[in-house]
Amino acid sequence: MYQTIAVPVDLEHIDRLPKALRTAVDLAKHYGATVHYVGATTETPSPIAHNPSEYQAKLEAFAKSEGEQHGVDTKAKMIVSLDMTIDLDKQLRQAFEDIGADLVVMASHIPGIKDHLFSSNAGWIANHSSISVFIVR
Amino acid sequence: MSTETDQANVPDFTVDATEYEVGQDNVQPFGLDIHNPVFPISATLIVAFTVLVLVFPGASEDFFGWLRPWLTSTFDWVFMSAANIFVLFCLFLVLSPWGKIRLGGADAKPDFSYIGWFAMLFAAGMGIGLMFFGVLEPVYHFQNPPFGIDPENVAAAQAAAMAGTIYHWGLHPWAIYAVVALTLAFFSFNNGLPLTIRSAFFPILGDRVWGWPGHAIDTLAVFATLFGLATSLGYGAQQASAGLDYLFGIPATETTRVVLIIAITAVALLSVMAGLEAGVKRLSEINMLLAALLLGFVIFTGPTLAVATGFFANAGAYFQNVLPLSNFVGREDTDFMHGWTTFYWAWWISWSPFVGMFIARVSRGRTIREFIICVLLIPTAVSILWMTAFGGTAVWQIINLGTESVAEVVAAYVPELSLFVMLETLPLTAITSFIGITLVIVFFVTSSDSGSLVIDTITAGGKTDAPVIQRIFWCTFEGLVAIALLLGGGLASLQAAAIATGFPFAIVLLVMCWGLFKALRVDPQMAR
Repeated sequence: MYQTIAVPVDLEHIDRLPKALRTAVDLAKHYGATVHYVGATTETPSPIAHNPSEYQAKLEAFAKSEGEQHGVDTKAKMIVSLDMTIDLDKQLRQAFEDIGADLVVMASHIPGIKDHLFSSNAGWIANHSSISVFIVR
Repeated sequence: MSTETDQANVPDFTVDATEYEVGQDNVQPFGLDIHNPVFPISATLIVAFTVLVLVFPGASEDFFGWLRPWLTSTFDWVFMSAANIFVLFCLFLVLSPWGKIRLGGADAKPDFSYIGWFAMLFAAGMGIGLMFFGVLEPVYHFQNPPFGIDPENVAAAQAAAMAGTIYHWGLHPWAIYAVVALTLAFFSFNNGLPLTIRSAFFPILGDRVWGWPGHAIDTLAVFATLFGLATSLGYGAQQASAGLDYLFGIPATETTRVVLIIAITAVALLSVMAGLEAGVKRLSEINMLLAALLLGFVIFTGPTLAVATGFFANAGAYFQNVLPLSNFVGREDTDFMHGWTTFYWAWWISWSPFVGMFIARVSRGRTIREFIICVLLIPTAVSILWMTAFGGTAVWQIINLGTESVAEVVAAYVPELSLFVMLETLPLTAITSFIGITLVIVFFVTSSDSGSLVIDTITAGGKTDAPVIQRIFWCTFEGLVAIALLLGGGLASLQAAAIATGFPFAIVLLVMCWGLFKALRVDPQMAR
């Protein structure tokens, strides 16, 4: 039923996403789908990466390790954001469309500093995208 | 010597040479993401200064009113040498092999088109000044020429007036901005250091830059930017309301001014909430389009031929006089040198952390050569054209048509009206004046929104993805400070205080050049 599952990830707080990550790989195993981890970075240095290529490498390493750990096909999709505070929602939707996702699995609430981002992201995506969205609470 | 030893001996000014991580000093109260202590200290200091000035208006005006001219007169040599060094440093970079180094790494692609990029450069840093001084300054210098030239000697006074004006709006100010912007962009995009003023000091101070010396530099930058923006917003509201009164008979009361500040702040808020691309860039482009319309209109309805030939004559006069104007030894025209040149240099320098950091943020993907050409040489050419079209036309009208209205307004020193009085001498005054007043207001918005983004980034320890509430806070705070100072009195003293920061920043900028020079010498892109 699903071939391409997109999972937006915040590499900086990946330890807070276990439920969404687990849900995504379980669904991928069940449907034989590929999991695309979608991560966004700023052009300016951030706590997680000093430039976009460093971020790309980290995201790919993460996707690879998830794939090996759970035995599913995984891919990495990086978004470079000029103004992440504002543009993230739309850039995420665009990325989901670009990779041809037929299901998005995302956490609705990550405690801590990214509250303002992800708490609204999931709702926004569900409202503004035609793709099925699985919001993990 | 082997290559390995060579590499081991190369000093490293990149993020690899420090344990520091972006955002490591940040704290997250109430879901915010702010640098500790830069955010709390800056905010407290700004409130404290505002209260101080409101409680002791006389004493603070006396003190800052003395401090600023004292600094720009006593240390005229510091300002003038520093500005000269910045121009030479930039020209050196264009010609040096380092010009090929690309900001963001060899494979980086520019984020913005030339038009969008260029619009943001102008809108953030200079636009508003061009509106107010475009007519006033050339006419003023024509009436009071530099170098002790006799104003009766019309041809010499005209050339010196245009050269003097262009000198204040040409290579030197843009070199000030370029130095800051290039340094911050390089250390952030190429060397992985946080996008904040202190990073430029990493090659000099090493890891101490993450401690108190760095806190002090960043706090001073926030102080200068916020008070620079708030006071010019306050003055801008006064000037815009005078313009509205003159043009449309809207009474220039305090209510009008407060409404103007609220309106400008509200639009700036919408712009920062729409983001860099959909808000700030789009508004800057609209702004530039309007400015180009007005410029084109003045050129075609004014003395077109005189502007066309004047452009080259004025550029020639500028290059002929730029050396004597930049010299500070044995000058007798100290009214010009201290009243205008060093005042301007302090002003540009105090704005440079803001404008420089904003330019840095939007310049990834450009080579150093391309950067300097676009941030230094092209804006200088535009300034020459603008000053020729507005001020040159006004001077031409005085000489050839005996127009007295502009001369009188300038002699009475009413900067906010000089532009509109000049536009009245041309056809379609109602339309052009309307465009003029709109431009004035929109230029304030584009300074306010980009300023809020910059302050937000500095007070978030260089993170550009802090919660949106923080930029809303700074933008609103700026408007509130402007209203408090406007109603309570204190615009003059805090503007003087903001410009006085030009002195410490002149030293900061010189050190930046040295740091950039050290880091460029060992840049890996040169090893390719």
